[in-house]
Amino acid sequence: MLELKNIYKTFNPGTVNEKRALQGLSLSLADGDFVTVIGGNGAGKSTMLNIISGAYTVDEGSISIGGVDVTRLPEYKRAPYIGRVFQDPMMGTAATMQIEENLALAARRGQRRGLRTGISRAEREQYRELLKILDLGLEDRLTSKVGLLSGGQRQALTLLMATLKKPQLLLLDEHTAALDPKTAAKVLSATEQIVRRDNLTTLMITHNMRDAIAHGNRLVMLYDGRVVVDVRGEEKRRLTVEDLLEKFNQASGSTEADDKLLLS
Amino acid sequence: MFITTLLNALPGVVAQGLIWSIMAIGVYITYKILDVADLTVDGTMCTGGAVFIMLVTGGWNPWAAMVAAFLSGMAAGLVTGLLHTACGIPAILAGILTQLALYSVNLRIMGQSNRPISVDKYPLLVSARNVREAALSNPILVCVLFTAATIGALYWFFGTEQGCAVRATGANPNMARAQGINTNFTTVLGLMLSNGLVALSAALLAQYQGFADVNSGRGAIVIGLAAVIIGEVLFSKVFRNFALKLLAVVFGSLIYYLVYQVVILLGLKSDDMKLITALIVALFLAVPYWKGRYFAKRTGRAGKGAGSHA
Repeated sequence: MLELKNIYKTFNPGTVNEKRALQGLSLSLADGDFVTVIGGNGAGKSTMLNIISGAYTVDEGSISIGGVDVTRLPEYKRAPYIGRVFQDPMMGTAATMQIEENLALAARRGQRRGLRTGISRAEREQYRELLKILDLGLEDRLTSKVGLLSGGQRQALTLLMATLKKPQLLLLDEHTAALDPKTAAKVLSATEQIVRRDNLTTLMITHNMRDAIAHGNRLVMLYDGRVVVDVRGEEKRRLTVEDLLEKFNQASGSTEADDKLLLS
Repeated sequence: MFITTLLNALPGVVAQGLIWSIMAIGVYITYKILDVADLTVDGTMCTGGAVFIMLVTGGWNPWAAMVAAFLSGMAAGLVTGLLHTACGIPAILAGILTQLALYSVNLRIMGQSNRPISVDKYPLLVSARNVREAALSNPILVCVLFTAATIGALYWFFGTEQGCAVRATGANPNMARAQGINTNFTTVLGLMLSNGLVALSAALLAQYQGFADVNSGRGAIVIGLAAVIIGEVLFSKVFRNFALKLLAVVFGSLIYYLVYQVVILLGLKSDDMKLITALIVALFLAVPYWKGRYFAKRTGRAGKGAGSHA
């Protein structure tokens, strides 16, 4: 489904701020894989998601989604394949537009936008039903401006928008990190529910090791811009936080557990 | 005495206010919807009039010349848009570059710095001469029609898929791209639409006053902003629908010209108006900022979310 081959990405090359974010990253996802991604700050997690979505271009390497080489495609042309939820709740929605308008924009992801009406009556009913699933009372506020919603509500809405038109690949960039624990749990369980229902191929970055272990069928750890741990199936199911730390120490060659990784 | 003079001047105020309101609606598209301050309009506000006058004196039908003026504005918007998106130049600077270039272009179009046109010789759509007549030729009637048509067309357009894409681009470009919107295209489209309307307004103004001048666009952006901001400050609580928000811009423009007239009658010269306009805009922009900064309730982190969608 997703194929990342030998990807290199360096920010500010040749300056004092040079940062080698990805150094020969390769990763291959099968159809229906739900992969959780962990790694310390600067390991390249967000950069990986951003090069997949096209927000950044790669220096070297290739990216293909569902057999289509997207390496040179701009961000908006990759959007038909990809649903995204960002870390910042403000990023995924348009604050000055109504809830239903945001959903209508998402419903047309990957379609040519012409001069037909931006939102039809039939759609409104459909959105009302879909919003009920979130259980946040948003179904009665279709014409409210999104800017009036809380961070958790906006994140849940973004999740709904990302999956409204079934994406080939769902990218979640620490999408619960900015939320309070209770809301985070709610959004995470909605995520689990939607990913299972549509059998979505998913990449989920998280800072929380327990979440990384509890969700998905596969776990990947990045270090220094490369995949250093890749656990799946039965091994993933039996994984504990201690195992993960052990694996991290082996991979990074350090004996002290990196406290940045332990932030959770 | 003062009141009679003012009442006497009122029809002219209304006509001018309506003509400039189309220009202000153009500014609204870039400033409020696209979230770009586009300074091209100072140049376009002459180009539209110049194109119109040259074509009509060259024998064109005035309606066709209006269309041509609109297209000339769109071309100016296209240049600014491409400088911004394809060449990576910040929007403000891109607008300034086009505006400067347009000064030469406008002189080339007109061949001289000022071109008159007489309503006696040509079938103009509006003229200041008829502003106090109760007849079909009264420019206020035509201006009302143009303003209403502009609002209607924009209300329709910004409700379409493509119009929503333009709005999304201004509201959150990251989100727009994630939803597959080519934000470069929508930005250029918005700039073209905006400058097209400005040029249309310029063509009306040239007919109304009977000439086009290479300096007639100077400071236009500030007048447009004044109309947008006055309209927003006074009517944002009552007017929530998009068409009504555009109507608020029209009211803003009318109020601006009413104030203009009052100030003139109080004995200031029209040359002083640029200073006064700048002061008005600065004040209206500063007041909400001061309010937010010095009078906001201390709400800690909650303020972060509330502030980001301002």
